[in-house]
Order: sequence, then structure tokens, then C-alpha cells
Amino acid sequence: MLELRNLVKIYNAGSPNEMRALQSLSLAVSEGEWVVLLGTNGSGKSSLMGAIAGSTVPDEGSVYLDGSDITEMPEHVRARWIGRVFQNPFAGTAPDMSISENLALAAMKGGGRGLGWALARKRLAEIRERVKALHMGLEKRLEDRIGCLSGGERQALTLLMATWIRPKLLLLDEHTAALDPKTAAEVISLSREIIRRDSLTTLMVTHSMQQAVNMGDRIVMMNRGSIVHDFSGEEKKKLKVRDLIELFNEEHGELQNGAVHC
Amino acid sequence: MTLLIGALVMGVILSFLALGIFVSFRLFNYPDLTAEGSFALGGAVIAALIISGFEPLTATLLAFICGCIAGACTGFLRSYLKVQELLSGILVMTSLYSINLTIMGRSNIPLLSDTTVITILERISDRMLGVSAKAVLLGWSIPCRNLAVFLILLAVLAVFSLALYLFFRTNIGTAMRAVGNNAQMVRALGVNTNLMVVLGIGLANGCIALSGALMAQYQGFADVQMGIGMLVWGIASLIIGDSLIGIRSTGLTMAGAIMGSVLFRLLVSIALQWGMNPNHLKLVSAVLVLLIIVFPMMVQKKRKKKGAEA
Repeated sequence: MLELRNLVKIYNAGSPNEMRALQSLSLAVSEGEWVVLLGTNGSGKSSLMGAIAGSTVPDEGSVYLDGSDITEMPEHVRARWIGRVFQNPFAGTAPDMSISENLALAAMKGGGRGLGWALARKRLAEIRERVKALHMGLEKRLEDRIGCLSGGERQALTLLMATWIRPKLLLLDEHTAALDPKTAAEVISLSREIIRRDSLTTLMVTHSMQQAVNMGDRIVMMNRGSIVHDFSGEEKKKLKVRDLIELFNEEHGELQNGAVHC
Repeated sequence: MTLLIGALVMGVILSFLALGIFVSFRLFNYPDLTAEGSFALGGAVIAALIISGFEPLTATLLAFICGCIAGACTGFLRSYLKVQELLSGILVMTSLYSINLTIMGRSNIPLLSDTTVITILERISDRMLGVSAKAVLLGWSIPCRNLAVFLILLAVLAVFSLALYLFFRTNIGTAMRAVGNNAQMVRALGVNTNLMVVLGIGLANGCIALSGALMAQYQGFADVQMGIGMLVWGIASLIIGDSLIGIRSTGLTMAGAIMGSVLFRLLVSIALQWGMNPNHLKLVSAVLVLLIIVFPMMVQKKRKKKGAEA
């Protein structure tokens, strides 16, 4: 389904500030699998997500989606198959436009970019119906600016937009990190519902060990641009938050030692 | 009173400029200096075509298209070639100066004895109402032909802005607005943001060139320098419109831009009538824009300070 082969990304190459974000990283994700990605800040998670989504071009290596090489494909072209939710609730929506217009943009992914009305009656009815299914009462506020909504509401809508047309791959980039615990839990349960309902292949970055243990089929831990642990199946099910924190601290300690040598 | 009508007509013509600046400056958040070149480009194209005997309506349309092409060049430089925002506009504006001179063959072309869109409108009015017909408005008598030119241009402006407004409610128009609002998100939703910038800045400069073409026909000459200060002029109209209307929906902001443009031109006419030196006009409009931007910020700061002291 998704295959990453020997991805390398180096920022500021050759300068004292050289940062090896991805070091020959390879990863294969199979159809319908839900992978949780863990790692410290600077471990290369964002570069990895960027390389898959197309906002970062890797220096070496290739990205395959369903067998075809998409490494050089522009971001907006591969967006047809990839849905993405960002960490910052402000990043996923156009704040000055209405809720319905934002959702209409997502609906356009399935074709219809020409001179048809963005908010044609049929599309508007579908928007109302799907927003109603979120049970947040937003269907009454479709004409409001999306910028007026809370972070949680915006993340829920971004999730809805990313999965409006069933994507082959869903990227969740710490999408609950900026929310308070209660809202985060709501968005998480919505994510789970959508992912399971549409059996979406998902790559989710999180800093919450609790989420990592409770969700997904597989845990991949990154450090300094490489994958250091990979748990799936029974092994993953047995993992506890405590185990993960221990592993995390080991890696983190190593990172600190490394930093001293720099 | 004729002066007032003259100011109103100019205000209506400059509303096309304000709509163009609305697209680039408001929707795309982009202070596009191409405006200065494409306004003069509109004038240059119309003048060159009319003196070579072209039909004025078609010529006006061609001026619009030329403006679109100039703007698309800026958009291309900015989005595909990744030239710095301001620089892309400056490069095209500077090239347009030479291009306009080449189109015109000299720096100024008078159109006083030629058939223009304006003389066509006047002729229609003369035929229907008689050459020396006068209308009485609020106690003043005005030549009907001047009033007819104003009303017809106003109607054209209304249709044009309605079309523009409806365009921004289509799929492609909505995507265009979103690019100025949050390009990262729109790209993640599969929109070719580069293409949208090319089309959008193209459209903006088409409106601006149209304004330049109408202005050249109204004042009876085209000058290679007629575009200087037009970006600030457009921004001033937008800001005045914002303070008149103050709500940020696309339709209302557009209506505000038109009202701002007409009002600004009226204020300028009054100032000139009172004896302001026309040479100071650009300085005054730049200072006005500065004041309108800075003044609310200073008031806010003062209020905050007061709040802190209390």
C-alpha cells in the first residue's frame, strides 16, 4: 500500500547546522493498517509526513503508493489520494470562509473544479447531513466563518474534510496536540470512528503514550531519522504505557548523549 | 455640477481598478505593483488600437485581455519561478513601461477627435434625447449626455461586479479565495495553488487594465505615466470602503470597494476645487492611506495603555 524506501532528508547540508532529519528510512504499511508514529521532537516525524504528503521533497529514496512512485509528484496531485490533518487547528481550514465553503473545497476533491456553483443545492444538502452526523450542532452554523469556531470544532471539521472523499491514506499529524484533554478525547474518538468505518490506511503521529497504546494496529518509534522500534500484532497489544515510556527514555537519553558530542 | 458628474464618472471608472486591487490585495494578500503598469497598459492598448481605426468596444475588451496576460506573468514569476512576492510585481511593472512605450510609439496619444466608448455613449444619448437636452437635478441643470454616460457606465460596473461576485462563488472562484486565505490547506485538498495565483492575479490586472482603458477614453488621452500611484489609489479606495461597510464578506467588501472608489474620487475633486495643487495629489493619497492604517492602531495602543494604568 504505502512503501518508503531509503528516504534521506538533510537540512543545511555541509553547514555546522546540518540536520539529518531522515537517515535511509524504510517503512512498509499494508492496506487498512493503522500505524502510530512515536518519537521525540526532531526525530524526523514531520519530515516523514512531509515526504509522504509531498510538502517536503526527500534528497534520496522513494515513496510508493499502491505500487506507483509518487516521490516527485506535486503535493496537490497526490492530495487526491491522501487526506491530511495538521497539528495546528488553524492550518487545516480557511479561517475567513464559511464552514460550508470549507467543506465544499473538500468535496471538490472528487472532481468538479470548473464553473459550477461551489455550494450547489445537492452538495449543500450533503454537507448539512455529514456535519449533522458529527453531533456538534454545527449544521445550524454553516454560514458562520470557520475562524469563529473552537480548536476542537475546527479539528473535527478538518478530519471530516480530509476523509470526505475516502482517501487511500490518512495522515494525522499530532492532530490533538493543541487541544485540551476533553476535546482531544472527542476528536480522537471521532478519528477512531471514521478510520474504522471506512477501514482507512492511517499514519498517525502522537506524543501521547496513552493514545499509542490504545489505538492503532502498530507502533513505530523513531529516533534521529531512523526507525528504532516497530511493534505490531500481539506484541503491540501487550505493550503498556510504562513500557513505552521506558523505551522512550532510553532513546531520549541516547539523544542527549549525542547532543553532547555535537 | 458638471464637475460633480465628471468626478462621479471617474469614480465609477476607477472602481474597476478598485475591484482589481480587491482581488490581488484582499483575496490574495498581495500588494501587486503590476497594477501601475497594467493600468497604463490598458490606456496604451486602447489608444494604439483606436488611432489605427479599431472599433472601441472590441479594443476595450482587448485591453482587458492584455491586462490579464500581464498579471498572469506576475503570477507565474511569483508561483512557478518562486520570485519574491514584491519583486515579481516590480519586474513586470518595469517591463511594462517599455512595453507600453513600444505599443504607443510615443509617450502620449491624444484621443480627442476619435471615436471612443465614451463618444459612442454620448452619441446614443444625443440621438435619443437631443444634443442640448438638460436634466434638472436638485436645482442644478446638467447636460443629459453627461448624465447618460455616468448612468450607463454605472450599469456596466454593476453587471461586471455582479459577474465577478458570482465567479467567486463557483468551484474555481471559491478555490481561488481559499488560496489567499490558507494556501497550505488548499494544496492538501488537491488544488493547484500556483495555477490559482496565475489566474487570480491575471484577473485582477485585467480589471485594472480595463479601468485604464476606460480612463484614457474618458479623459481623451493615454499617457505612459498614467499608472503611477494607482496601487495606492486602489488601496485607499478599499480602506475607505472597509470603514464604510466594515463587514468582511466577499460581496460586501466588493460593494465597499466601489463606494470607496467613488467617494475618494469625489473628495479629491473637492480638494482640487478648493485649490489643492494637483502635483501634491499622490503625496496626499499616500499620506491618507498611511493615516487610515496607522491611526486605529495608535488609538488602540493608547486605550491599552490607559487600561493598564487604570
